[in-house]
Amino acid sequence: MQLARVVGDVVATRKDGNLVGLKLLILQPLTPERESAGRTLIAVDPMGAGVGEEVFFVRGREASFPFYPAEPPVDASIVGIVDHWDLDADR
Amino acid sequence: MLLAKIIGTVVATRKDPRLVSSKLMVARSIDPRGKPEGNYLVAVDTVDAGVGETVLIVSGSSARMAAGLKDCPVDAAIVGIIDEIEMNE
Repeated sequence: MQLARVVGDVVATRKDGNLVGLKLLILQPLTPERESAGRTLIAVDPMGAGVGEEVFFVRGREASFPFYPAEPPVDASIVGIVDHWDLDADR
Repeated sequence: MLLAKIIGTVVATRKDPRLVSSKLMVARSIDPRGKPEGNYLVAVDTVDAGVGETVLIVSGSSARMAAGLKDCPVDAAIVGIIDEIEMNE
C-alpha cells in the first residue's frame, strides 16, 4: 500500500456496470515527507474520503476486495483515511 | 486506474480466439490537466468509446473483471468515458 493525497475527482457517466455508484478520486502518491512521489492515478473510494485528505491505497487485483462479492474492474482502491503518521527522527 | 486519450484503433485479423470481436484502441495516458504523459498502450474497449475521448483505463489482472473480459488475455481495459475532471490544489 502507498500513502497519497486526494487532489481531485473525475466523473464518468458511461462506464462499466460494476462501477456504477463508485466514487472515483484523483490521488497523488506521497513520500512520508509529503512530497509528490510519481504520477497521479485514479482510485475508487469505498471509505468516503474527500479532496485534500491523506489516505492509503492498494493497487492491483486486491483493489476490488473491498467490494466483495462484487468484482468491479478497478486496480486502485482507497482502503484507509490517515489521521497522522509518525517517523523515526533519526531514520 | 489511469486517464488516457484515445488516439486510434487497432485491427488484428490473427489473434487469440478470446479476443475475437473485441474492439482494440490505442490510447495515450494523460495527467488530470490533459497533458500527455508519454506512454502509449493498447486497451480493449468495453464501453464503446471513440477516438478523441478521454477514458478511464484499468490495467493489470483487474482488466479481466471488466464486462465480457473474463478469462481473456488482456491487461488493459477501457471501463469508463470521462465527462469531467476536477482538480483542487
